[in-house]
Amino acid sequence: MRVTVNGESREIAADSITTLLSELEYEGTHFAIALNYDVVPKSRWTDTTLKSGDEIEIITPRQGG
Amino acid sequence: MVNFYGKSFSSRLLIGSALYPSPAIMQSAIRASGAQIVTVSLRREAAGGKTGDAFWKLIRELGVTVLPNTAGCRTVREAVTTAKLARELFGTSWIKLEVIADNDTLQPDVVGLVEAAAILIKDGFEVFPYCTEDLSVAMRLVDAGCRVVMPWASPIGSARGITNRDALKLLRDRLPDITLVVDAGIGAPSHAAQALELGYDAVLLNTAIAKAEDPVGMANAFRLGIEAGRAAFEAGLMNARDFASPSTPVVGTPFWHAVS
Repeated sequence: MRVTVNGESREIAADSITTLLSELEYEGTHFAIALNYDVVPKSRWTDTTLKSGDEIEIITPRQGG
Repeated sequence: MVNFYGKSFSSRLLIGSALYPSPAIMQSAIRASGAQIVTVSLRREAAGGKTGDAFWKLIRELGVTVLPNTAGCRTVREAVTTAKLARELFGTSWIKLEVIADNDTLQPDVVGLVEAAAILIKDGFEVFPYCTEDLSVAMRLVDAGCRVVMPWASPIGSARGITNRDALKLLRDRLPDITLVVDAGIGAPSHAAQALELGYDAVLLNTAIAKAEDPVGMANAFRLGIEAGRAAFEAGLMNARDFASPSTPVVGTPFWHAVS
C-alpha cells in the first residue's frame, strides 16, 4: 500500500510500525513516531496497524538552538 | 540559583547544541560554558541512519538537563505534535516552544504561540515559550500557565544584542514572579551581561558561541559575562544621571575659589 514516510510517498508491504522500520532498514534505537500527527508510544509500535494514505514521521534527536 | 518549573540550577546560561565546528568542540564548549541545560531539536531520520543515536550519545555524556525545542515549526499543529514527540523521545515534560511566523526574521508567531502553549500546558507540559518582547503577549503566556517566558533580544542568529531595552525592562518589572530568559540575538558576553543586569534570570544562546573563532574560549567568556551581570544586578546598579557628578571631593581642591 501507499503511505507517506517523512514527507516521501512510498509503496510498502509492512502493516505495523515495527515491520515498517524493519522494511525500511532503520537501525538506530532513538526514534519517536508520529502517525497522522499523533504520537505512537514505543509500546504500541507492534500493534498499531498502518493503512493506505497514512502519514508517518520518524523523528530523532538533532542539534538545535 | 535560578528556578525552572521547580528545578534549581546554579548556571544562568541555557545553551544550544547546533552549528559547532565538530561534535568534540560542541562538548568542550558546553562544558566550558558551565551551562546545565542544553536545548536540542528533533528532525526526520533517514532510513538506515544513526545520526540521532550518535548525537544523543554526545549529549548524554555531558550529564546535562535536556530542553527539547520545536525549532522550525510554523503551525500550532506542527509545534504541538513535535512537543509530544519530544516528550516521548526524551522523557521530559519540558519544551522550548517555537512557532515561527516568518522565514527572514524568524519572528515568533505570537498568536500561534499562545494557542500552542495553552494546549500543551493542559496536556501537562512545562513550556518555555520563545516570544517577542511584547508585554501583552507575555501576559497571555502567563495566563495560559507559563512560569517561564523567553523574549528575544533581536532576531535569532543576528548577534545584534538587546535592541529594545525599555520593553525588556518593562517585562521584568511587570512579571516579577516569572522566570525570564533572554532567548535569541545575543552576540557578545556584554549583551548577556546587560540582560542579567536588567534582572533577567538567565539567557539562552547558541550561535554566538558556536560560530566564534574559538567556541570553547567564547563559552568561557560568556560564563564570566553572565556571572558578572548577575553579580551586578544583585549588588544594585546606580541610576543613570543627565549630567556629570564629580567622583573626587570638591572640598579642598587646590586653587579652588567659590564662584559668587
